Amino acid sequence: MAAGPMKMRATLGSGYTDIRVLMSHPMETGQRKEADGKLVPMHFIQNVTVRMNGKTVVEGQISQAVSRNPVFSFRVKGGAKGDKIEVSWVDNKGESNKTEAVVA
Amino acid sequence: MNAVRRLLLQGAGALAAGLLAPLSALAATWNKEAFGAKTAADALRGIGAANAVASADLLIEAPEIAENGAVVPIEVSSRIAGTRSIAVVIEKNPFPLVAKFDFMEGALPFVKVNVKMGETSDVRVIAEAGGRHYTATKNIKVTIGGCGG
Repeated sequence: MAAGPMKMRATLGSGYTDIRVLMSHPMETGQRKEADGKLVPMHFIQNVTVRMNGKTVVEGQISQAVSRNPVFSFRVKGGAKGDKIEVSWVDNKGESNKTEAVVA
Repeated sequence: MNAVRRLLLQGAGALAAGLLAPLSALAATWNKEAFGAKTAADALRGIGAANAVASADLLIEAPEIAENGAVVPIEVSSRIAGTRSIAVVIEKNPFPLVAKFDFMEGALPFVKVNVKMGETSDVRVIAEAGGRHYTATKNIKVTIGGCGG
């Protein structure tokens, strides 16, 4: 399974901005076997970056133990409607993806 | 002919290296040593948290029993002033360190993530604040493991 699209929603909570993001990724652990008994090689996201209006707010390093099609929630103090959120990832093969949303 | 070919190949190689260099410079760091650790103690050492002290201000929201080890939702938040990072370690996973998040520029010390658990285990979270490490654990029972299959 190749890496697919991302989905994100950013909403205003009480005093903070709530960011929920979904990434389409197999997150292969390197321990799973195909029907023919061959191990599926490791393939997982290693770095996740969250930016708000161009400034980095969260830098995450993750392992193959994050579930397939990772879902994350983050919170940033304050925020206002129209603020721009960008989330990007890079995996162990150097593949990457990013998505943008505006705080609603 | 061969010499020309070699020169061309070398040129192409150098060009590729030149083009690829900025890309690798952009790639963020990944703590290979800590993520490659096979025991929780080594993982903690790898993130510099071997001396973490227990804290009741580090909160873990997670199910007591996870029916499916492939998707275990874990929410972590810290009430410790000045928390700059939160890490999650699943003690009995083959590679215990699952994630480490650094917070800056107004990000709250909060994260929710779905993780895989191979078997019933203590889930340990570690927060860093003011150069010190704090920790808390929660045991999660797993009915069906989520690492192999």
